[in-house]
Parts: sequence; structure tokens; C-alpha cells
Amino acid sequence: MTNHPEFLEHPGNAALLAGHQGEYLLPSATAVQFISAEGTAITTDKYKECYVFPAPEILLEGYGELVLGRRINEQASALVRQGRMAVYPSSYGQEACQVAAFMTLHRSDWLFATYRDTVAVMGRGVKPMEAFESLRGDWHSGFDPHQYNAALPTTPLATQLLHAVGVAHAAKLRGEDTVVLALCGDGATSEGDFHEALNFAAVFHIPVVFLVQNNQYAISVPLIHQSVAPSLAHKAIGYGMPGERVDGNDLAALLAVLGSAVERARNGGGPALVEAHTYRMESHTNADDATRYRSAEEVAQWVPKDPLVRLKKYLVHAGVLGSADAERFAVAAEALAKTLRDGLNERTEADPQDMFRFVYSEPTPQLREQSRMLAAELAAAGVAQTSVDGDLP
Amino acid sequence: MTAAPVLNPLELTGIQELTFAKALTLALHDAMAADPAVVVFGEDVGTLGGVFRVTEGLTATFGSERCFDTPLAESGIVGMATGMAINGIRPVVEMQFDAFAYPAFEQIVSHVAKMGNRTRGHVRLPLVIRIPYGGGIGGVEHHCDSSEGYYAHTPGLTVLTPSNVQDAYVLLSDAIASPDPVVFMEPKKLYFSKATVDLDALRARYASSGERGGARTVPSSIGQAAIVREGSDATLIAYGPSVAPALAAAATAAEEGRSLQVVDVRSLVPFDDETISAAVRSTGRVVVIAEASGFASMASEIAARVQERCFHSLAAPVLRVTGFDVPYPAPKLEKYYLPGVDRILDAVDRLQWGQS
Ligand SMILES: Cc1ncc(C[n+]2csc(CCOP(=O)(O)OP(=O)(O)O)c2C)c(N)n1
Ligand SMILES: [Mg+2]
Repeated sequence: MTNHPEFLEHPGNAALLAGHQGEYLLPSATAVQFISAEGTAITTDKYKECYVFPAPEILLEGYGELVLGRRINEQASALVRQGRMAVYPSSYGQEACQVAAFMTLHRSDWLFATYRDTVAVMGRGVKPMEAFESLRGDWHSGFDPHQYNAALPTTPLATQLLHAVGVAHAAKLRGEDTVVLALCGDGATSEGDFHEALNFAAVFHIPVVFLVQNNQYAISVPLIHQSVAPSLAHKAIGYGMPGERVDGNDLAALLAVLGSAVERARNGGGPALVEAHTYRMESHTNADDATRYRSAEEVAQWVPKDPLVRLKKYLVHAGVLGSADAERFAVAAEALAKTLRDGLNERTEADPQDMFRFVYSEPTPQLREQSRMLAAELAAAGVAQTSVDGDLP
Repeated sequence: MTAAPVLNPLELTGIQELTFAKALTLALHDAMAADPAVVVFGEDVGTLGGVFRVTEGLTATFGSERCFDTPLAESGIVGMATGMAINGIRPVVEMQFDAFAYPAFEQIVSHVAKMGNRTRGHVRLPLVIRIPYGGGIGGVEHHCDSSEGYYAHTPGLTVLTPSNVQDAYVLLSDAIASPDPVVFMEPKKLYFSKATVDLDALRARYASSGERGGARTVPSSIGQAAIVREGSDATLIAYGPSVAPALAAAATAAEEGRSLQVVDVRSLVPFDDETISAAVRSTGRVVVIAEASGFASMASEIAARVQERCFHSLAAPVLRVTGFDVPYPAPKLEKYYLPGVDRILDAVDRLQWGQS
């Protein structure tokens, strides 16, 4: 049971805690699932007291997003194979987590994502080529985080979780009702920053939700070498925040569990940790060869659990998804794929003077000198320059 | 699943063509075979054999107690290695990339570097921290940092960086044999470069010294720079990834009638003032080349030491060709950032040739 005074004061929480001995902070006995891998609704009402099954129109919209997400992953991987991009960490198979991450947020909320979360970042409204600029190698980023309330995807593992805590803390100080959703992988939970972020979030009782996409691997290292806790969600109780585990390939369950954590945080209920069970269907990146450390049989076991197939079966059976909608989604996905192809096939040249422009708000005398040196070098070599004579701001 | 190959060192003898990465594997292998206290760990070093395959086959050969994956936490890796070194183990740990060693910075700077001094020499830490570093591989951000300066600046750390296949074996072997902690910087653009080496000769360096760290047949390479190309007009001082462009520049200059000597520093700490000063005095002109940003860098240290010791032999100011003072750029811009042959030769041209 969390001891945080603000938590106990909150009327909703007091009610939740009544009669509990701290179990409230522990995850469910098994991962929350609303739609089985076969596409049928789970009929037990085990979770009904805590979570609301999403409305059909929400699930239909979510299915459309899954189709887009899948197409982004397929197209990006194809473009890597064709040499149009150096690297793409794919979220193939994890699209339900990606879609739930943005569908549960308001426009004014914030998302802190990792390198694997391009689909979630695009769900914040980031335009395709803005999202792919860093992967194309032009610059470290392609968008302004403030425009979308989406931080740049972060590579040094777990470091972004503390930034998420900071944005949420600032929102609290400024009296905004912003919720921050912070993503990380199973491997990242071993880093010290993961611990620090969860503890800060709990102690300051701030509106941040941590979503761990447990895709079973950190590159080649399986979960069992990261943690022998009963589950990653169990870690939450150690910080005094609730933890929950959810079938990460079940969009309905994700929307319900994540949605409830986000709204609870928005209403002053404090942080939460959600662990989504999913699977990295592809290699870590194209530079990796997963056959070196896991069997084809293991991967094959996850194919029938696919998040798209399952939701499609459910929606078709429930009469929610008809051929017109399916066609609409497919057309949108193809259009997006074409945008990616066109964008990445375009040969872009980055401006070398950009190296000096943004290091400080005002370039130092040393940077101005180095900028002029490079401009002179390029001029001597007869290279056409976008910026002439190191014209820094 | 393909089983990782078991290394058979007996198959690899005599004259062999090796990659830089494989030379490192062999150094690890030979050290582990010679001394059961040598233990390798890090992220993805076990089953996968490391993202650059440097530890490939070690788990299969020596078992998962001698080469193993840790939970994903660099501070944990270096902190645990410190404790193990206190208690009789000689850990060789891998940081996956330069920038991913930063979570371990606290352990490296506050403990690894200071332990010997704090304990008046009662506790020495024979541990090696291997760090792939540098750019030139089209890598995305945080995968191309030249972080050697942070470590070289920290008293108590030995810092080595090989620039060729043979030195990959020699320097890593000497690092593992050292009683002091070594930060071992591996230029990642060299991992798949190849050279033919005489493995028997390399191994003979250590064969008769029994337990590594004991009596040696040859002096350690720690603290030893190498002249990698003779020349009489000017000296290029380089290390790790910048040795290749220095040699290429010297080859081009030779065609233009200028004889450039090239020095490979190899051991950033301790620094071989003797060899390097003698080399500089022999030519009187110097360009220092490094990939790292130049400001307050290893290149600055080299330039300062050369100037202090060789001032009266110098015909021109010591010049530096380094990376710009900017975060390592995105892949499409790295060609503008990296010190290349043209930039090196421009610097050579500015060594006041008319005035001597
Ligand atoms: C601090 C740090 N250490 C190491 C790495 C190298 N690295 C990149 S991704 C990765 C595995 C991460 O696994 P996980 O957190 O499970 O995320 P996933 O890739 O499975 O989505 C590693 C070790 C890094 N990016 N940052
Ligand atoms: Mg993972």
C-alpha cells in the first residue's frame, strides 16, 4: 500500500484501498487479456471491476492504426534492405503497444519513446519524413518535440524515463493536467535510471505512466537474464505505485489498462507501471541476426498471437469491421507506404554548416572559426555549398 | 539456432590472416586459457559473442562462468568487476559502444581509477574495460563518440588503443596482464580490417612468462609508442582510428616529395614522451591527428607535451587536426567531420616550410 500522503488523500484512491493490504499495488495474477489469440472476447468478468472494455468504434479506429503501424514496419524494413536507410529497429509484432501508447493520450499529454517506437511517435502526429529523418542519417532528429509533445526517441537506455518524470513534475508545478507516458523495453528495466525514475515519480506523486514493452529480449539476452522477479510489473510495489501486466498483443486490453492508468494519473492518482507482454518478431535491428540466439520454433509460437490478426477476427465476427472499412484502412496504409518510399528515395544532402549552428544558442568564436575553415576547404575543393562562407546565425 | 563455434586455438597457429576483431578474440582466448582468473562479461557477450563478435566462441570454449551476459546495466558491470577484482578475479568487461559506457562513468572515475591510491596500494584492480569507440561507420548518434579524453584525463587509469591487427592482440594481452585497471579503446571502424600476422611469434611474447602478469619475455607495450613509418621532413602523431589517415597522408606526401614520419601513440596513458620527443626532434615539424573534438583533448595534451620538450627543435608551431568541437554528426555529415588526408596535408603545408 503506498504511503504517499497525496495518494491517501485522494478520494478515489481511498476507496480503492479500502479493505486491501497492499495487494492493490500488485499486478493481476495473469496478464490482463480481453481478446484471446483466437479473436474471441474473454467472457470472465475478472477484470471488469477495474477496467472497461473499449467501445466498438474505438477498437475499429485502433484496428486502422494497427494496419498503418504494420505497414510502416514492413515498408521501413524493406527500405533498409534496399539500402535507403542504414538502420531500422522494427516494432513488428508490437504494434498494439505502439497504438495504445498514442491512443490513450490527449494532444496536450507527452510521449517519451525509444528507438523502437517510430510508430508511436508518428501516432503523435509527427509527419512520416520527420519521423524518419534521423534513420535516413540527415540529422539526429526530424521534428520539434514541442510541436507534438513528443520527445525525440532516445537510444541511451532508460535515460528518457527521468526526462518524462521531469516534464510531469513541471506540469504539476505549472498546474497543467498533462500526463506523461514513458516507454522502455524489458532490458532497460535493469538500468539504474529505471529505478531512479520510478522512485522519483512515486515520491513526487506525479502524473507519469511507465509502459514497459516486454518483448522478451534485449538484443540477444532473454528476460530471464535481466530479472528473476515474478514479473516486471511486480517491481512497482517496491516504489509504492501500482503495477499491472497486460497482454501486449491485445489492443483492447492495452487500451483499457493503459487508459485507466493515464486517467488515474490525470486525476491526481500518481504514477503507475504497466508491463506489456509481447514479442520482438524481427531481429533487434537489421544489423542483428536473431537466429544466433533463438529458435525458429520459438518465433513461430508467437505468430498466431499477432495483434492485427486477433483484433481483425474479433471485429469481423462482432460485425464491426466490414469490407468498406478494411478497404479504407488498406488504402491509407498504402498511401503512407508510398510517402515513405518517395521520401526515402529522394536523395538529400545535409548542410555541413549545420554541424556548427545548434551546439550553443550563439556559436562560440571557436565554432565560427571552424565553420569558416570548413567553408574554405569546401570552396577550394569546388564543392557547392548551401551556406556560403560559414554564414552562421 | 546456430551453435556458436568452439574456438580451437591449435588450429590457429603460424601465419594467419586475421581481422582486428579476431585478433582481440584470440588475445582473450589465450589469456583465459593461461589464467583461470580471467573472466569476461558484459552485454550480449555470451551466446551472441558481442555485437562486434569479439567474444565469439568464448562461452562455448570456457563455459558460462568464464564468459557471460549480465543484466543490462553498465554501472553494474563495472561496479561488479571492481568487486571481483578486489577478490582475486581478473575481469575483462565489454561496454557495447562508447556512449553506453557513460552510465559506468561514476564507477570508473570514482572507484576503478582511485582504488590503488586510496588504499595506499593495498588494493590493485587488474581489470580491463573494453570500449569500442570512434566513428566512420555511418553510425547513428551515441554510437560514434571518441571518449578517450575523459579516461586519459583521469589519474589512475591506463588507456590503450591499438591501430592495427597485430597490436590488437599485443595491447589487449598486455592490458589483461597489467596489475592496474586499463581502459582499452577499440577503434570500431577497424574491427573488420584484416592483416597477416605470425601468431606463433605473437604468442611467444608470453609463452615463457608462465602466469600472465609474472616475468615477461619482452617488455609490456604499455607506455610504448611506435614509429609506424619513417620520414625526415615532419612527424605525424596519431593513435587508434587516426593512424590510417596519417599513413595515407604520408604516402600521398611521399609522391609529392615530402617525407613524413608517422608515430602511433598506442598507449595514451602512460604516455611515451621519450619515443615521441625523439621523433619530433628528428624532424622539427609536427601535426597531431585525432578524431575526437580538439578542445581540451588528448591531441591538446600531445601538442603541449611536444612543445614543452622539443621547443628548440621545432621549426613551426605544433598543429592539430582533430574533429570539430561539435557533437559527433549524423551519418551524412561525418565525412566533413573526420580528419582526412586532405585536411592533414593542408596542415603539413602550413608548417612554415619557407622559413627554415
Ligand atoms: C545505456 C545503453 N546501453 C546499451 C545500449 C545498447 N543497446 C541498444 S538496444 C539494447 C537492448 C535493449 O533491450 P530492451 O530494453 O529490451 O529494448 P528492445 O530493443 O527489446 O525494444 C542495447 C543493449 C544502449 N542503447 N544504451
Ligand atoms: Mg526487449
